[in-house]
Amino acid sequence: MGSLYRSEEMAACQLFLQAEAAYASISELGELGLVQFKDMNPDLNSFQRKFVNEVRRCEEMERKLRFLEKEIARDQIPMPDPKEIPNSPEPREMILLETTFEKLEKEMNEVNVNATTLKKNFLDLTELKHILTNAQTFFDEAEFEIDGSTISMSDRAAVLPPPPPTASPSRTLGPTGNIRFVAGVVLRERIPTFERLLWRSCRGNVFLRQKEIDTPLEDPNTGEEVMKSVFVIFFQGEQLKAKVKKICEGFRATLYQCPETANERREMAAGIQTRIEDLNTVLSQSLDHRHRVLVSIADDMKAWHMKVRKIKAVYHVLNMFNVDVTQKYLIGECWCAERHRSRIETALRTGTERSGSSVPSILNRMETTEHPPTYNCTNKFTKVFQSIVDSYGVAGYREVNPAPFTIVTFPFLFSLMFGDSGHGVLMFMAALAMVVMETKLMQTKSDNEIWNIFFGGRYIILLMGGFSIYAGLMYNDIFSKSFNIFGSGWYPHPQRYSEHTIDHHKDLTLDPTNNSDYRGHPYPFGMDPVWQMSLNKITWLNSFKMKISIIFGVSQMFFGVILSLQNSRYFRNSVNIFCEFLPQMLFLSCIFGYLIVLILYKWIAINATMSACAPSLLIDLINMFLLNYPLEPCSSAEFYDGQKSFQSFLLLLALVCVPWLLIAKPIILKRQHSKKQVQLLNNNDEFEGRKSTEINLDGETQTSKQKDGRKDSHTGHEEEEEFSFGEAFVHQCIHTIEYCLGCISHTASYLRLWALSLAHAELSEVLWNMVFRVALKMSGYTGLIAIFILFTPWAVLTIAILLLMEGLSAFLHTLRLHWVEFQSKFYKGDGYLFDPFRFDKIIEVSADD
Amino acid sequence: MTVPCCGPKCSAFCAIISFWGIIMLALLGIFFYIEAPALAEDLPIDEDVWAAGNYNYTYVSDLYKQVAVNCWIATGLYGATFIFSCIMLKINLRSSYSSS
Repeated sequence: MGSLYRSEEMAACQLFLQAEAAYASISELGELGLVQFKDMNPDLNSFQRKFVNEVRRCEEMERKLRFLEKEIARDQIPMPDPKEIPNSPEPREMILLETTFEKLEKEMNEVNVNATTLKKNFLDLTELKHILTNAQTFFDEAEFEIDGSTISMSDRAAVLPPPPPTASPSRTLGPTGNIRFVAGVVLRERIPTFERLLWRSCRGNVFLRQKEIDTPLEDPNTGEEVMKSVFVIFFQGEQLKAKVKKICEGFRATLYQCPETANERREMAAGIQTRIEDLNTVLSQSLDHRHRVLVSIADDMKAWHMKVRKIKAVYHVLNMFNVDVTQKYLIGECWCAERHRSRIETALRTGTERSGSSVPSILNRMETTEHPPTYNCTNKFTKVFQSIVDSYGVAGYREVNPAPFTIVTFPFLFSLMFGDSGHGVLMFMAALAMVVMETKLMQTKSDNEIWNIFFGGRYIILLMGGFSIYAGLMYNDIFSKSFNIFGSGWYPHPQRYSEHTIDHHKDLTLDPTNNSDYRGHPYPFGMDPVWQMSLNKITWLNSFKMKISIIFGVSQMFFGVILSLQNSRYFRNSVNIFCEFLPQMLFLSCIFGYLIVLILYKWIAINATMSACAPSLLIDLINMFLLNYPLEPCSSAEFYDGQKSFQSFLLLLALVCVPWLLIAKPIILKRQHSKKQVQLLNNNDEFEGRKSTEINLDGETQTSKQKDGRKDSHTGHEEEEEFSFGEAFVHQCIHTIEYCLGCISHTASYLRLWALSLAHAELSEVLWNMVFRVALKMSGYTGLIAIFILFTPWAVLTIAILLLMEGLSAFLHTLRLHWVEFQSKFYKGDGYLFDPFRFDKIIEVSADD
Repeated sequence: MTVPCCGPKCSAFCAIISFWGIIMLALLGIFFYIEAPALAEDLPIDEDVWAAGNYNYTYVSDLYKQVAVNCWIATGLYGATFIFSCIMLKINLRSSYSSS
């Protein structure tokens, strides 16, 4: 576990892997998860890389797995997660997996095709059965109509010739009557159009009879259920038959051979029934078989997925390597933490042993001019604070990391805004519940975004709750009521207010001067509880909270400037120390440090007897800038000797800092640059070609290059940068304005600590007065019922408004205070995160798909 | 009692609120009993009756005790609600366990 103060020291390394050992070594490194690989072939697309075939095979396997998963999901078989993540498989296991998947896919496809065919047959037989059942009624109706020459209800005249007089009425229509028919089944929606088209195209010479099938039939292709109707068309002659058949085809009506005699129909119906039953048996058995196969593989599905993903990931990494001329070695570059080198080398050795190769892999540290990635080792507690910092910007390499300080300052500033012990206790309990049941809750992966956010921030919520309890005790505010634990410091003096006066007056003024109504010793811890009843509670608290907000805010800004000193010292940037840190520190101290001193002085030295002429700090500060020292309102007059000269001196010092901050650094940088140019011109006689050390715009020279200053030993990338005075000046100008104006505006911005705490206290009080007091103010039994009933809405509103809404609001404001007011004093945030090759992250990411 | 009348979320919510209610109302009752001045503004004081009694303190004191007793009875009621919601929770868990 490294230090969180700065990011880890990173080393750029070259990796030499023997081709046979490559796969095993990379998979070992993937399990370890401490190495970030650089892509050595950025110009090649995915088809030109070396291991493109293996990647293709992996994707084929994934496709097959997806197909199988879909089949399993269709049958609604659950796929449990494996108990442990499987290790990355050997290359030979890949072939085994491939054959297994291919076999399974083929089997599934066969079963599916068979099922479709069986269902189609089943459909045909069912339709035929319906036709046969309904055919008799059709023929009977038709006969009746022909005999009686009645007009059918669809208003068609039966233009069939009357049967010869020798025919008996019960004779069925047969070939001798040269009336033909076709029977079929068509979708119910199509019947009206079908009828109309038949009527029109055959000029009324055909005769349609239809009946609806009551049960819906399953379409084998789509699997959905449709309603169909049986129809019989009677016609005469071959041409009409051809026409009718064409129309039937057009409407996708299926035609069936229907026997003409009733006996034949009965036999056929019986035969169809048995066939249908057989078909059902075969169908159900084949579906059972399919289900059994799927159940047997359902347990392994997730594990196979992970294995295939691991294989694919390893081949992607191998694609990033270069192959050397002898085709035996793979060469790659990577970033790793200096600390972890030995572990990585052990992993490489294990990989070599696993593959059975004799040649060891080599990890060789190399010098590079690229910016290393930022790697912060965090545990489950510090992870959330580091992510808060990283959301704003990832720290530059080896810059001071604000995260460890955030662990304390974030909950502290939050508590200043939230300060209510009752709400703090609730928050603390909720977070404690999450932390204690942490392992169990982590296993149940939830999709709910909001829950995941709260659970991920459980430690920060725990701290915020704990600090809020403390702040609530300081503000003496528990669910908007104060506790009187130690005895109030105020009591009406018996000589000033007798019992009688107290009993008969609604409001009295307690005067703290001359120790009359004030006992002389203050309440030892927190706010005196008497303030809860006083009418000027808010006025008094405003003054107090504003002043402590300023004190904490300016202290945090001072701390930020000191951290910038730490950065400058680490990067050996003395220009920054003299040209940025000193003027910044002086400016801040002269104006706002002095303000803090004044605040403390006023608290300590001024007492209630002097309250008429107590110095107004705000007016005094404004007058200091305007060099205006009036005598008239005694709150603006001087209140200590030599105030005028001292304040003028401070003002002058602060004003001097501005041009110091503005001009000194660009001038010094220009002088440094021209000195270097002179040196190089001298060295030019010795070396061919011009090389110059890189000078960044703000004068930071890389520590790795300082050693190579005048020698020409760069192997990596070289850059020549022209030093432009104009650019440097503009840059410094922006920085100066930002800093100076920022000091003032950020100090005022810290007043939000006061504003939010006021809002919170008021909301809490209003909720109590409007909701719970109503219940308490009822006497007798109605009071009892009211208390029982009104407690719940009071509780729910407390959680919803005061905990969730106000908590979120205070969290957001604290975040802003950290990101802008604190970090703008020192944080560059121009790094990129260390993104190592890790199997567990790949599996987690893919599990979300 | 095989069919729960609240779902799992409802009974968990009721259990938590009742638990909070028990603790808070009990403490509130104690604070009313010891006549904490911070709670003076919450008392059901009738101005006329108090003025008629010449603003003596016993009237206020009685009111304090009365509200304290009210709070404690409400604590008991919330205790009953807590037990009820715990039972509901158990029934819910058992039915979901048996069905899954």
